[in-house]
Amino acid sequence: MDTKKMAIIATKGTLDWAYPPFILASTAAALGYETQIFFTFYGLQLVRKDLSVLKVSPLGNPGMPMKMPFGPKWFKSINWNMPNAIQAIIPGYESVATALMKQTIANNGVATIPDLRELCQEAEVKFIACQMTVELFGFEHSDFIDGLEYGGAATFFEFAGETDICLFI
Amino acid sequence: MNFDKELDARGLNCPLPILRAKKALAEVTSGQVLKILSTDPGSVKDFAAFAKQTGNELLSTAEAGGEFTFFMKKK
Repeated sequence: MDTKKMAIIATKGTLDWAYPPFILASTAAALGYETQIFFTFYGLQLVRKDLSVLKVSPLGNPGMPMKMPFGPKWFKSINWNMPNAIQAIIPGYESVATALMKQTIANNGVATIPDLRELCQEAEVKFIACQMTVELFGFEHSDFIDGLEYGGAATFFEFAGETDICLFI
Repeated sequence: MNFDKELDARGLNCPLPILRAKKALAEVTSGQVLKILSTDPGSVKDFAAFAKQTGNELLSTAEAGGEFTFFMKKK
């Protein structure tokens, strides 16, 4: 049986959207898929050495439940959604939301992004960074983790054209 | 059931039970049995799918008090 293959384009640079590419890639690798992730635009944030740049913002995201990860049950069940205009003017709102989400993640036994990224690398998931956006955003190769390859759209197609699953995230 | 290695994946959520199982299976030899404990309700379907795709045999799945026990035989 031929080895199955999966390619993912990761384009989002927030804490919440960091999950789908790393969860799917690590699982695919565990299932025996040869897997590659192409990081482009904001997705480049996912391969930075410093992952503390990843934040989550409830602003303009009506789908995000705003619940407290601590306290008694009745307190945890309250949804703290508030109007965008108010969210926008509270200093540090994003940092607080990010800290709360990280706590919720830990409470639920969900892996952290640094852990999932490392699991992907251990499983030999190939990481490719889009050289064009690296330059466009003024990054240096030294901003990124080791083991990254740099390439463009043609590099992506070389592998993606032979895959069984190809996702844009 | 007899087993050769045990993996405690209780408290871990998707996809960690699968990733840990993959790692644990690498540490046993062909024909040996891995026992897996999990509290993730999604792992029931996931381990069945994992077995189907990797060729490792899922010998049994059991649930008791919100805890799942799987026995998987390495290909």
